Order: sequence, then structure tokens, then C-alpha cells
Amino acid sequence: MDRGVRNFSIIAHIDHGKSTLADRLIQHGGLVPDRQFRDQILDSLDIERERGITIKSQTVNLAYRSRAGGTFELNLIDTPGHVDFSYEVSRALASCEGVLLVVDASQGVQAQTLANLYLAMEHDLAVIPVINKIDLPSADIDSTRLQIERDLGLDPDDAVHVSAKAGIGIDDLLEAIVARIPPPKGAQDDPLKALVFDAHYDPFRGAVVSCRVVDGVLRPGDTLRMMSTGAAFRVEEVGAFRIQRVARPELQAGDVGYVIAGMKTVADTRIGDTITLADRPAAEPLHGFKLMKPVVFSSLYPVLSEDYEALSDALEKYRLNDASLVYQKDSSVALGQGFRCGFLGLLHLEIVQERLEREFNQSLVLTAPSVEYHFTLNDGTVVRVDNPADYPDPSRIAKAEEPYIHATIWTPDRYMGAVMKICLERRAENPTYHCPLPGRLEMHFDVPLGEVVYDFYDRLKTVTQGYGSFDYELTDFRVSDLVRLDILVNGERVDALSMIVHREKARMRGLHACERLKDEIPRHQFKIPIQGAIGGTIIARETIPPFRKDVTAKCYGGDATRKRKLLERQKEGKKRMKMVGAVEIPQSAFVAVLKTDED
Amino acid sequence: MRTDAPGSPRGGPAGLYVHVPFCASKCPYCGFFSVAGTPPVEATRFVDALTREAALHRDRFGAFDTLYVGGGTPSVLPDDALARIAALGAGAAEATVEANPGDLDPGRLVRLRAAGFDRLSLGVQSLDDSDLRVLGRRHSAADAVRAFRDARAAGFANAGIDLIRGVPGQSSAAFIDVLDRAVALAPAHVSVYDLTVEEGTPFASRGVAPPCEDDAADLFLATSGRLVAAGYEHYEVSNFARGPTLRSRHNSRYWNRMPYLGVGPAAHSFDGARRWWNPRSVERWLAAVEAGRDPAEGGETLTPEQARLESLALGLRTLDGIDAALVGDPAALRRLHAGGLLEIVEGRVRPTVRGMLAADRLARDLA
Repeated sequence: MDRGVRNFSIIAHIDHGKSTLADRLIQHGGLVPDRQFRDQILDSLDIERERGITIKSQTVNLAYRSRAGGTFELNLIDTPGHVDFSYEVSRALASCEGVLLVVDASQGVQAQTLANLYLAMEHDLAVIPVINKIDLPSADIDSTRLQIERDLGLDPDDAVHVSAKAGIGIDDLLEAIVARIPPPKGAQDDPLKALVFDAHYDPFRGAVVSCRVVDGVLRPGDTLRMMSTGAAFRVEEVGAFRIQRVARPELQAGDVGYVIAGMKTVADTRIGDTITLADRPAAEPLHGFKLMKPVVFSSLYPVLSEDYEALSDALEKYRLNDASLVYQKDSSVALGQGFRCGFLGLLHLEIVQERLEREFNQSLVLTAPSVEYHFTLNDGTVVRVDNPADYPDPSRIAKAEEPYIHATIWTPDRYMGAVMKICLERRAENPTYHCPLPGRLEMHFDVPLGEVVYDFYDRLKTVTQGYGSFDYELTDFRVSDLVRLDILVNGERVDALSMIVHREKARMRGLHACERLKDEIPRHQFKIPIQGAIGGTIIARETIPPFRKDVTAKCYGGDATRKRKLLERQKEGKKRMKMVGAVEIPQSAFVAVLKTDED
Repeated sequence: MRTDAPGSPRGGPAGLYVHVPFCASKCPYCGFFSVAGTPPVEATRFVDALTREAALHRDRFGAFDTLYVGGGTPSVLPDDALARIAALGAGAAEATVEANPGDLDPGRLVRLRAAGFDRLSLGVQSLDDSDLRVLGRRHSAADAVRAFRDARAAGFANAGIDLIRGVPGQSSAAFIDVLDRAVALAPAHVSVYDLTVEEGTPFASRGVAPPCEDDAADLFLATSGRLVAAGYEHYEVSNFARGPTLRSRHNSRYWNRMPYLGVGPAAHSFDGARRWWNPRSVERWLAAVEAGRDPAEGGETLTPEQARLESLALGLRTLDGIDAALVGDPAALRRLHAGGLLEIVEGRVRPTVRGMLAADRLARDLA
């Protein structure tokens, strides 16, 4: 029975206008008065708005009356746009019956468009090609149609022509959604199966779980059970997201909505888990559930050591909304008391950092991201090390192993040489290629995860001018020659800057770190040597010369205010300095060491 | 709420600064507010407005202890106008006027002295004609020497010379030579300013680069060494006096955060707690004053912490330094002391010459 429900997602290459299109659909649904309309409604976090990427899945429920007079309920599920969150994306897509595949009319089909199409095919979703930005002078609709046919194998006559920005073609698109995305299947009378694809934290209600009901019905008063943990919760409220939450009497098979069930934190739910009812459980959960494990580790320290308690509180609060962050206490000679944290990937790390700084007003210093290494000692014991501080005494190491991933890269073939170069620089092995479509290259290779977390994704985006996309899965641990690279500033080891690296990479990484520190550490009244070392062997060196002159020549009545304001800023900056011996190291130096300097 | 007694902010007499924002021509390095060419307002009307502005503040600033007429180029004004300005600071213990050597003759100097000015600050800048051309000055080295001698003869025992160090194309040796010739004139006061390439000036748009740090540092120390050997006291980063009594009392108010009233376009004022400033426009300033309004277009009242930071930023430029109680980072103090940039004398933290050379850094570290 078609109740008029349509569940869909929008997928697009970066900057092809996904968020603008989502905004336009929402505006059409009349949920937000025009005067309150902010760009990119769904990207509600500041970070998302600034970076133009979506981090959390968000849904919005739109009412639509079709030209033929039918009433429809459209659920738009917005998905995260980064490889760190590919699991969340897959769960969100598993909640849909169709996707809008957006292609920029002037840029045409891009590598990510293709990867997105594959993703949609994997989930058996109906695909509506959408040619966006048709109003731009550079729009080339004919050639975009040709690419849709030739590169994507889709019928160009199915493509809907729109300009999300100018609001052109939105009605046609809504008609296409109701006509061409199939209504959800599912058995109302079967035991409840609902797929959890996201969770948000509400300070008054606890976890608000986003889910898609596959079979059955969920009502307030029911006792639900999370199938992976067995935990049971009493349902307080169910409903739909219409920007704000709107409670409903029930969610039934095919519906997308939210559940509030007295869960204190989002950690009580797991993305991909199946919700069922305690008194009439489903026989089997929905397939595809995976426990998300952190793959990147870094330590977070407060810039001011007295802010440790505040950071501890902030992490606790932050985790209410992001269960994928794991952390435990850590400490450093240079940085004091802090936390060792595990993240889903490098972007996840950056997001956590930015949100702690902005929303929780924390000033942070982060250490170099690391992965988990395995060391087999001479006595046969195996130690797992994700923190360079725990690197064993080298004389006791019988065998060192590091995690490998199987990576897939999609890129226009003109970037093949550049992509090959960065892969080989990162110790990629067994590369294979094929061209699924003319002009498009798909590469597969094995590479150490530690090489990828360092700067790989940024570099790939740079060398492919944004067109390259990347996905990976962890495969195995392989034997490797791992050393601990230490950084010494003025002869003192800065423990927070140590990293575990492959021996062949140590010199390059050491030089890079020394150069970065030289740029970031202000000159002092004495000469500061900066060295990279493995054990007692110095492998890289830079020197910061002492300052001599730092004074403005004239300072009279009109200059006092300007000088004071400068000093106020400098004093703030000074708070973000860490003392290592007699040397002040700015927080920015710890950050800079992590950044790539290749162009 | 202000609690200072009327007429004597923070209990003592104040300084009066008069800004004369007119120049015959604009020097390509100068970032001060001034209007080049024929002044847009007649001198009598300008001085009338200065007088009215000073009167607006009479109940807050009574008697003035020091008067400083700066610019711009005050000496482009006629003698009678300068005499009326001098009268605004009647009774001051020090009354300084800045002058361009090319504007002076013995008769003028006698009239200025008679009008009440007792201290002359001569904008010599260099005693090398090629430097003066680069700097776009209207006078020659010979004009400067003549003007200085005439000033002495006219009764300006307290006459000072301003020099610029780091003129484009000037070698270190050439500057030392200029300095030696200036010292030979035995001025009461010498100011030596490192050339600063100010934003928006022709020097900036030409991409003029100041000397490299090492050369500039060496020359700073050489300058100090030479002037100290000649009997001068290096009492502020850029200022030398032939004995404590010959320091600029007015300028010392700025560094010691003592009250001063500034009148004229772009002038800044400070009453011990509040700072305010006039518009950088002769027209806007004049319109306000002539309408009987306070022309200030911005101001701020300082918190105790802001006052402390100002004391650091300003005081560490001076030989007398700051009260050690103002230091916010004792570890930095120990470090800088050990490094020979500071000395601690009778509860005061004083920069050494090398410290003065890094005064901004000292303030930052000790904040």
C-alpha cells in the first residue's frame, strides 16, 4: 500500500550544490518562513556551514501535494560527506528507497559522482539524475546529459534540470521524486525492525535516535530493545523532524523519524543497530551492523593546565552527542594532564577539536595522530601501542607490525601520475587499476594506515584538484620496521611531538617537524637548536637564531591604545604557549608539525 | 563615575599637546596626520578653535605643567599664531615647539622665545644632503646647522635635534658620521628614530625596506654607546638627554601615563583613566569645535588590567622602567634578567640597552 511516503537522500560531488538543493526543497515544503531562512539549514553546526560539508546525518520530513492532487510525505535524509563517516552514510542510504544524484551542469560528472552512484546501486536505490546550476553562463547541459548517459549509464531523459540557487525546476523535481522513487515496502504486522542511522543529544530528553522503521510499528509506551546490546528502554515519544521535532502517535513500517526513550546519552545507541520490541522481538537484526572502532589516536591537552577539569567536563558532554569518540586519561611532561582519544579518522579528529574549542570554549593542544601498532617482544608477549609514549624499549622488540588498509581511489585519469606518486611515497603496495568508464580511473592498493592518517587525504584532494575521492577498509597487520622519532627543542625531548614512524620515513618527517617548529617557535634571547632523533642519533636539525631587535621607534600620546591592544592580543597568545625547558612553544607549533608542507 | 577633583586629573597638573596638522609638503615616510600645501583654514581661525577646544576642558584640566606644539609642522604657522598657542600653556614649566630648520631665521627664533617657548625640537633628520633629498625634506644640512646655532643665539638653551636612522641608501658609517656631527653641536636633547615604513605612505608604496635586523641592532647599540660616551642619558628607546633635567618632560608624561590634554585634529588625550581622540580631519574637528561641541570621536575608559598593560608597554621603553609589582610573569622576568635584558633596581624593573632594543618583546614576555 502506498501511503505516500518517499524516503530519499541527495548525493553529489563536493560543491555540486547538495546543500543548496536540500534548502530549496525544505523551503518548498513550507517548513521555514522565508525571512528566517538561513543558507544550508541542514548543516546546522558552524563547522559544517563553514566547510560546506555535512557531518551528522539529518533528516527532514516534508509535506507535498502533487500536481495530480495526491498528498505525500517526503523524508529527506542528508548524509555526511566524508570517508571518515562512510559507515554512517551507508546506514543512512540503507534507510532510503532512492537518491537524487546531483551533477553540476558546468562541471559535469566527477569521480565522486561515480562513487556515489555505485553506493546507490549497492543499496538498490532508485536514482534520479539532477542537473544543477543550469542558470550559470558556463552551464553545458548537452554535454552533461551526454556524460550522464555515457559515464553513468543512466537515461539522460530521466534527468531533471534545476537551479537550486535560483529555484528553477524544483516543482518538476518534487514530481519526479513522488513518481519515480518507490514507496517503502515493509510489513506493518511483522515484529518491529527499525534501523538506527544516527543519534543526537538533547539536554532535556537525552538521546534522540533517528531511525527508519523497516517492519512493524513503534508507539510511545512500547518497550524497545536494542538488538546488539540487548538494552531495553521505554519509548516516551516518536515523531518526525520538521526542522523541529513533531510528535506523532506512531512510526510504522516505511516511516523515517525519531525515538526518544529515556536513553541518557547517544552512547546507549549504536549506529546500524536494529530496534525491536521487548515483548515481540524480531528473529534477526537487519544486516550490516558494525561496531565502529577508532582508528586514529591523538592526545588532547588543555593549553592551560588548570583547565584540565574543564576539558574533562567538555569531553563528557561532547560524547553525549558523539559516541564514536573514545578517550582515557593521558599525561605528558611538556603538556601536563590530558586525554588520549580515539577517532574514526582525521576529519573526525579535526571536528572534535573544533567543536571542543568553539562550543565548549576549550583551548587545546593535540599530539600527532597515531594508529595502533603491534609489537611482539622477545619474551613473546604482544603489546598494542597507539601512543608513542608507550613505544617499547627497542632492544626488547622482536617484531613490529602496523595496520594496513585496502584503499580505493577514484579520479579522472589525467591525475594518474600525481596520484601514483603520492601513493608510492606512502609505501603503497600492489597497485591495480582499471577504467570503469572512459577517462575515469579506479585504483586499488594496500597501504599502511599510519601513512594515510598523516596527510594523505589532503594531498589527494590537492593533486586531483578536488576530483579524487578515496575510501578504505582495514585489512591486516603487516611486519614493519618501526622506530620512534623524537623531537628535541633546545636539547629537551618534547614528548608530545614524538611519533612512531617507518624507519625510512623518519628523516623526512624529522626534517619536516624541525622546519615547522622553526617557523612557529618565536625567537628567544638565545639560540634554539631543534633536532629530530631516533634514540641517541640525530637525524634532522634546524636552529632558531636569537632575536635582537623588537621595538617600535616612536611611541607618543596617540600610540598607547594601539600598543596596549597589541599587548592584549599577545598576552592571549602567550596563554597558548607551552614551556619546554626555557623555550616557549606556541600551540600553533604542535598543530603545524602535523600539517603537510608539500604543495 | 569620575572621582578626580576638577582641574587636576589624578591630582597633578597636566600636559597640553597642540597638534598643528599642516605641512608645506608631505614627507614620503611620514604617517602622522597632516595636510600638505596651503592650510585649509586660516591661521587665526585655527588658533581660535584650539583656544575654544582647550576652554571646553578647563574644568577638567586647569593649569598646564608642560606644553608641546607638534605636527605636522608648527613652524608653517605665522609667529603671532604660534604666540597665541604658547599663551594656551602660559605658566608651563616646559614649552616645546617643533620646527622645520628651513622655516626659521634669527628674528623668528627670537619672537618664538619671547612668546614663551623655551624648548625647541628641530626636525633635522639628517646632516647629509643626499639623505635629506631621499627623505623629501625642504632644508639642507647647512640650513639645519645654521638654524640650530641661531636658536642657541636666540636663547633656546634647551634645543634638541631629531635624526632618522636607516634612511634608504644610508650606510651605518654614514649614519655614525651624521650622529657625530649632530653631537658636535652639543644639543641638549637628541632623538634618533629608526625609519619606520608606515602604511599608506609613499615609502610603503615604493616598497622601501628598513635595514636588516642585525644591522639595525648593531647601529642602535652604536648610537647609544656614542651618545652615552658624549654625556647623554639614553632615557627612552629613541631619546637621549644631556642630563635628567633635560629630558622631555612632556613626552615623559606619555611613557609614565600622566594626564595630558591634546587639542587640534587627530590629537589624543588622557586624564589618568580615560583616553579619547579627535577626528583625523581638519573639517570635522573645526565644525565640532566651532559649534561648541567636544570634537572627540572615540574614547575608552581603561580597566585596571588595561592600565597595567599600558604601563608595561610604555614604561619598559624607558630607563626608569616599571614597578616590579606590575610584572605578570615572574618566570619571564627571571629569564630576561638572566639574559641581560633587564636589571632590577630598588623594586623597579629597568631595561638594559639591549633590553630597550627589544622593549616590545619585554612587554609581551612580562605581561
